[in-house]
Amino acid sequence: MQPFEYASPKTLKEALPLLGSSWADAAVLAGGTDLLSLMKEGVVNPKRVVNIKDIAELKGVAKAGSGVRIGAAVTLDELLSSPLLRAYPALTEAARGVSGAQMRNMGTVGGDLCQRPRCWYFRAGFGLIAKHEGKDLVADGDNRYHAIFGDGPARFVSASSFGPALVALGAKIKVASVSGTREVDAAKFFVAPASADAREAAIQPNEIVTEVVLPGAATKNATYEVRQKDALDWPLATASVALTMKGASVGSAMIVLGHVAPTPYVASDAGSSLAGKTITAASAEAAGKAAVAGAKPLSMNAYKVQLASTAVKRALLAAAGVKA
Amino acid sequence: MAEYKWPEMSKRKVMGRPFTRLDGVEKAAGRARYNSDLNKPGMLHAVMVGCPHAHAKVHSIDVSAAESHPGVAAVRVMAPAGTEVQWAGYEVAAVAATTEIAARDAAAKIRIDYEVLPHIVNEADLKKVQSRAKAAGEQIEGDPDQAVKESGIVVSEGTYGIPTLQHSCLESHGNVVAWTPDNKVEFNPSTQSVTSIRADVARALNVPAANVHVHQDHIGGGFGSKFQPDRWGVESAQMSKTAGGKPVKVFLDRSMEQVIAGCRPSGFATVKMAAKKDGSITLWDSQSWASGGIGGGGSPPIPYVFTKIPNQRKLHSAISLNTAPIRAWRAPNHQQASYLTCAPMEDLAAKLSMDPLDLFLKNVQLTPRADTYERQLKKAAELADWKKLWKPRGSQTGSLRRGLGIGVNTWGGAGHDSTCRCNIHADGTVEVELGSQDLGTGTRTIISQVAAESLGLHLSDIKVKIGDTNYPPSGTSGGSTTVGGVSSSTRKATLNALDKLFGEVAGALGSQPDQLEAVDGKIQVKGTPSKSLTWKAACQKLGVKSISETGSNVPKEAAKEGLNTGGVGGVQIADVTVDMETGVAKMNRLIAVQDIGLVINPRTAESQVFGACIMSICGALMEERIMDDITGRMLNADMEYYKLAGIKDIGEIIVHIEIDEQNDKRGVIGLGEPPAVGGIAAISNAVSNAVGVRVPTVPMTPMHILNALNGRKS
Ligand SMILES: Cc1cc2nc3c(=O)[nH]c(=O)nc-3n(C[C@H](O)[C@H](O)[C@H](O)COP(=O)(O)OP(=O)(O)OC[C@H]3O[C@@H](n4cnc5c(N)ncnc54)[C@H](O)[C@@H]3O)c2cc1C
Repeated sequence: MQPFEYASPKTLKEALPLLGSSWADAAVLAGGTDLLSLMKEGVVNPKRVVNIKDIAELKGVAKAGSGVRIGAAVTLDELLSSPLLRAYPALTEAARGVSGAQMRNMGTVGGDLCQRPRCWYFRAGFGLIAKHEGKDLVADGDNRYHAIFGDGPARFVSASSFGPALVALGAKIKVASVSGTREVDAAKFFVAPASADAREAAIQPNEIVTEVVLPGAATKNATYEVRQKDALDWPLATASVALTMKGASVGSAMIVLGHVAPTPYVASDAGSSLAGKTITAASAEAAGKAAVAGAKPLSMNAYKVQLASTAVKRALLAAAGVKA
Repeated sequence: MAEYKWPEMSKRKVMGRPFTRLDGVEKAAGRARYNSDLNKPGMLHAVMVGCPHAHAKVHSIDVSAAESHPGVAAVRVMAPAGTEVQWAGYEVAAVAATTEIAARDAAAKIRIDYEVLPHIVNEADLKKVQSRAKAAGEQIEGDPDQAVKESGIVVSEGTYGIPTLQHSCLESHGNVVAWTPDNKVEFNPSTQSVTSIRADVARALNVPAANVHVHQDHIGGGFGSKFQPDRWGVESAQMSKTAGGKPVKVFLDRSMEQVIAGCRPSGFATVKMAAKKDGSITLWDSQSWASGGIGGGGSPPIPYVFTKIPNQRKLHSAISLNTAPIRAWRAPNHQQASYLTCAPMEDLAAKLSMDPLDLFLKNVQLTPRADTYERQLKKAAELADWKKLWKPRGSQTGSLRRGLGIGVNTWGGAGHDSTCRCNIHADGTVEVELGSQDLGTGTRTIISQVAAESLGLHLSDIKVKIGDTNYPPSGTSGGSTTVGGVSSSTRKATLNALDKLFGEVAGALGSQPDQLEAVDGKIQVKGTPSKSLTWKAACQKLGVKSISETGSNVPKEAAKEGLNTGGVGGVQIADVTVDMETGVAKMNRLIAVQDIGLVINPRTAESQVFGACIMSICGALMEERIMDDITGRMLNADMEYYKLAGIKDIGEIIVHIEIDEQNDKRGVIGLGEPPAVGGIAAISNAVSNAVGVRVPTVPMTPMHILNALNGRKS
């Protein structure tokens, strides 16, 4: 491991200048549940590590207008115990899915959004596009856990289960740097890298995610995760849905799949197909089918298409409170 | 001469009772010290460099930059130029430095030039690995060609696979070692064999065995993978010597542990079975293959348990792969054999439209212990509520479907060579000393129970000393041989010592030594409590002397003595629920019925079965080594994608150990392995029963289950 400098600023103002202009200059340390393994495996080698857990501005869950603001350094456990978030089961279900108590005690909201992909080729040092001697490791290798959507060269899946929930809920992610703050739509925060040196999040090396802002919860929402294990593990596919209702029928629907693409995957056609319909076992199943219509599974992961479709169906039924 | 046989079952006072483990609290509280916790003054830390290629020739290796890295005390080349490396992860060089970080940084500076050679790392498709297959001769019994033509028979055929698993010991492999200038070696390993590892270290270092001292209090998992000092043990000793005798610590990091420190061979087979309409099995015809790394693979003993099928043909090929070599894995080759036998039997039952329980029962005569399996199948079925819950394959609807399945086991488990020394001191203290080890199974506890029983004392009166080569030699803890070995040697040593004590005190009691007995903390004239001395008072008669007597278990004489024997059977029934839309299989219950002879401690015995069942659940539902065809490396050398069950994934485990006079008469029999055998077969069969089709490939993951349901190849 490369020797590094450690800084533990107490304010955002102190913290921001400590970041650098390239990823190699500095890394933000939140819970460290991901960063430490990345450093140990030599996947990242920052010259400075900036701890943000002691920055008060990054803590707390609070009302913000009709919505809620969640500090980036809020732990998964704190998030789960906040009464303000009861109207956002899509988000709390995603947090509950991270079923290890240690992980929920240490891991943070910002860290969950910025965690790096778990693709085994990436983690073994072959990069996000995963090439080896001209071969495409994902397409030609073991891709059982990889993407079933996407046209670009990247085939890993976005690791954050908060991502799809935040996209479905229409959340905004606030980011700060020495030159000011900006707000990014959750849907634009995650990007599929087009080249080996691109990143998977719309964040610069000199930026810190400061908070997540949820709009007023005028929606019915839910997340369903297909998980083989109840113990700490990654989901195989997830769906987060948010519905605005017009009486008993759907006004508009956001359906976002997780762990099926390099970003949260918005199934827009499936969402619009639900407008004006009531949620029933049949309409939810049809929406699930529509959501995976464009899937292009790899050699080993055709099974994930069914998982994604099932996740959509079950998330819709859960959001609408309909028993299957 | 003492009479060694076990006291009658009904008369035992300490043996047979469910004491908790003597070291349980210490371990749960984190106070137990493992050798991987050792931190000796001046200790150096060693790490190794693994080869990144699955098959390569080392052209050159340059360690100069590592040698001059600050803090480095020694560098060893483990694969000199010219070495042909046969698997990724193979240890090429080692570095010892003042800190682990310095050692890692220095190791990263070692320059190795390889000529990369072609590799093959996956064997599921036999056609693709023909160039690496070595066929054993065909084995024939009866007339399989005729048997398959018999009229009125039902034939079932399928292909089945069970993957390579990693031992995944929580305490990784390694040791702390100091080879001092006086040519003495202090070796603190994580080992399943304190006694024999001394000889191995002595031989490897060319040091007299008398100069090697081994000590280990606890071990964090071995499962058959920790018998040898290993290459890193030897190299770390050499580095200690180079460093003037400073202790060197080497414990593998998780990824190395998962790659090179042991795995279980795979097992694949295309099996054809036939039976008459009434279910009598007439034919076994199998073409099997397996790999255990570059050396080929173990051949699973199939047909398993149902060995007397009248007509058999067996063809087996060992596949040589560029993967790290196998090590013994809790009942070597038995899980594979049990799965490759019980799965085809379940399929045959489905083809016959027969309840598989009836099929297994119908054919118990084909096993070497028909009575045992019949009794156990019935007991397990009763505990599982089989008759009520079992439904024919394919008869269920709805998205959640419940299935039941059966697996069987057999094992030896007779005691190994073991010598115990029992010291009785004048103050009444009793020590029992054995160069054995407690794998976490309760060995300390059962040794205490045997000693206390023999001496008429309480558990707390006995000081058990194990894990050290200063104590008499005791066998390797492999093959479920420990309990039989140490209980028998402890029995003999304690009774021999007691005999001596009787000799010392007979006069004071106005009696003869052979007229005395030790009961309830007293030495008394047999049946005459009024003529007695307390244990303490009796021992005081020793004056300045103390008693030190040994007793040995000698395997070839053990059966005659009756203290321990081998040979058991067991049946497991799994109860699972499968979500048909997601392919997620969840455990409801795993029922284990097991005979193990005389049970010294029902609680530690039950714990062994719990552990074995949990291991089976992991192996049936989650675990598998995943090898990458392109890079030749293991993709899940971690505990993230090398999936293991957590507590919520286990369901209920119901253990029934057959404790009765009949079994008790057979003496002590080892239990570590048999209950770890049949669970995988039982769970896979339960999944197939639930979903209505055979899911041919273990583990029963959503991928394999949905592929089977949708007719996709896995
Ligand atoms: C076995 C396993 C299973 C898991 N399952 C799931 C799961 O199902 N779903 C899921 O979502 N997660 C899962 N996790 C991941 C876990 O939730 C994350 O590790 C955790 O949320 C990361 O938070 P952290 O605060 O520890 O991040 P850190 O490790 O501190 O940081 C992670 C990354 O984000 C960067 N970073 C952190 N905070 C900020 C910030 N405020 N601004 C900018 N950059 C930042 C760091 O520099 C680093 O690159 C799992 C992890 C494991 C090991």
